[in-house]
Amino acid sequence: MFRNQYDTDVTTWSPAGRLFQVEYAMEAVKQGSAAIGLRSKTHVILACVNKASSELSSHQKKIFKVDDHIGVAIAGLTADGRVLSRYMRNECINYNFTYESPLPVGRLVVQLADKAQVCTQRSWKRPYGVGLLVAGLDESGAHLYYNCPSGNYFEYQAFAIGSRSQAAKTYLERRFENFMGSSREDLIKDALISVRETLQGEKLKSSICTVAVVGVGEAFHILDQETVQQLIDSFELVREDEPPAPEAGDAVADQSEASAPVAEEGAAPMDI
Amino acid sequence: MEQKPFSRGLLSSEADSQRTLYPYVTGTSVVALKYKDGILMAADMGGSYGSTLRYKTVERMKSIGKHSLLGASGELSDFQEILRYLDELILYDNMWDDGNSLGPKEVHSYLTRVMYNRRNKFNPLWNSLVLGGVKNGQKYLGMVSMIGVNFEDDHVATGFGNHLARPILREEWHENLSFEDGVKLLEKCMRVLLYRDRSAVNKLQIAKITDEGVTVSQPYSLKTFWGFSAFSNPTAGAEGSW
Repeated sequence: MFRNQYDTDVTTWSPAGRLFQVEYAMEAVKQGSAAIGLRSKTHVILACVNKASSELSSHQKKIFKVDDHIGVAIAGLTADGRVLSRYMRNECINYNFTYESPLPVGRLVVQLADKAQVCTQRSWKRPYGVGLLVAGLDESGAHLYYNCPSGNYFEYQAFAIGSRSQAAKTYLERRFENFMGSSREDLIKDALISVRETLQGEKLKSSICTVAVVGVGEAFHILDQETVQQLIDSFELVREDEPPAPEAGDAVADQSEASAPVAEEGAAPMDI
Repeated sequence: MEQKPFSRGLLSSEADSQRTLYPYVTGTSVVALKYKDGILMAADMGGSYGSTLRYKTVERMKSIGKHSLLGASGELSDFQEILRYLDELILYDNMWDDGNSLGPKEVHSYLTRVMYNRRNKFNPLWNSLVLGGVKNGQKYLGMVSMIGVNFEDDHVATGFGNHLARPILREEWHENLSFEDGVKLLEKCMRVLLYRDRSAVNKLQIAKITDEGVTVSQPYSLKTFWGFSAFSNPTAGAEGSW
């Protein structure tokens, strides 16, 4: 995208019918570090890459618990993401107080989208510079939504946002048809593999990756570092050996598919 | 009569003439119980104007959305107001047009909030509400009073029903009553209320709600027996002089 005379104001249309400020906001999402979501019939997994500005600092929090049944992963301007998470938490609490029942995630997502749309139609505001992957459960099952700075929202089986998310999306496109019937463990494994796809040569370890789970009978929670490291170890080990290790019976098919990206990873050992 | 603006003090947020101070047209007890397939609720069709049994075809039970049934005793105009609130609530719920809908638990919670808020403003909705329903096979039966007290139970009653019907229900209610047994039990309670509650009328409806929906019966009357020997010669023991 190049600078042009229609991109100063969010309330200015271009002759081609585009709102450039909104599109620039979506660019900000692409610059953030990757966040990935995938769901089955009963569970939704969120995973993200933790980027710290320097070795001395801690990494930014990108996954937020919104309620027992809803969580969100963000990419882009994390400050905007924090503010929107607070709004979502507020909405959930208020609904729960009046109706003693959890706010259906589909409705929360629409409220969020309407809030984002307002910022695309006021001259004194700017669009939120953050994309949100909303994972939640409601009466009709497990859901994963993507909320865009433009005010649009979409439901996904699996999705990835942020920098180098295309690599993760390619992997997910190959595998998504199986997700509806996947077990919780298989979903987490697929999430970790997707995160690995977005890393350029960096070794996948729990210090750079955060994973969160929500499911039927399982409140939204972020997995602690040890658990994540154990999961990484359990599948990476299998990946390096040719014969499939006795990890999970139905993981045999997984290994042959996972071994293809292995060769590519080994060929580009750039350390960042 | 002049209203001095500061004389109202802390007691209300609006002029006194607009607060509910006492009820005018009232309905009497509502009795409800859980049975095998859902909820059964009974209420008579009387609307009393003080001690006059003035209106005799008042429907005091209404279905709310797809999953709930609301019965009310107390001020009938406040009941109609509550129905308007719930109408709007269900309308907005339907407008989302997604796979979710408000169930009886949510409606009960909402009503509790409304009743309690009005009580806090010293302008109560003068009703005792019974909310029953079934959603996804889960049965729900609860009550809200005019001061916002709310609870859930297997059988509830309002007004006189609390004193006359609940003891019967405590004795004879059990899990998984059949439809016929449930109706017989309700009729037993309503008959006692008819004999003993001055504001009861002999025209009642029984409503049932199951996973399939709500059915409200046509109005009918209970058989009563007045042939006691003591009634045949009422002045028998009253002769005398003083």
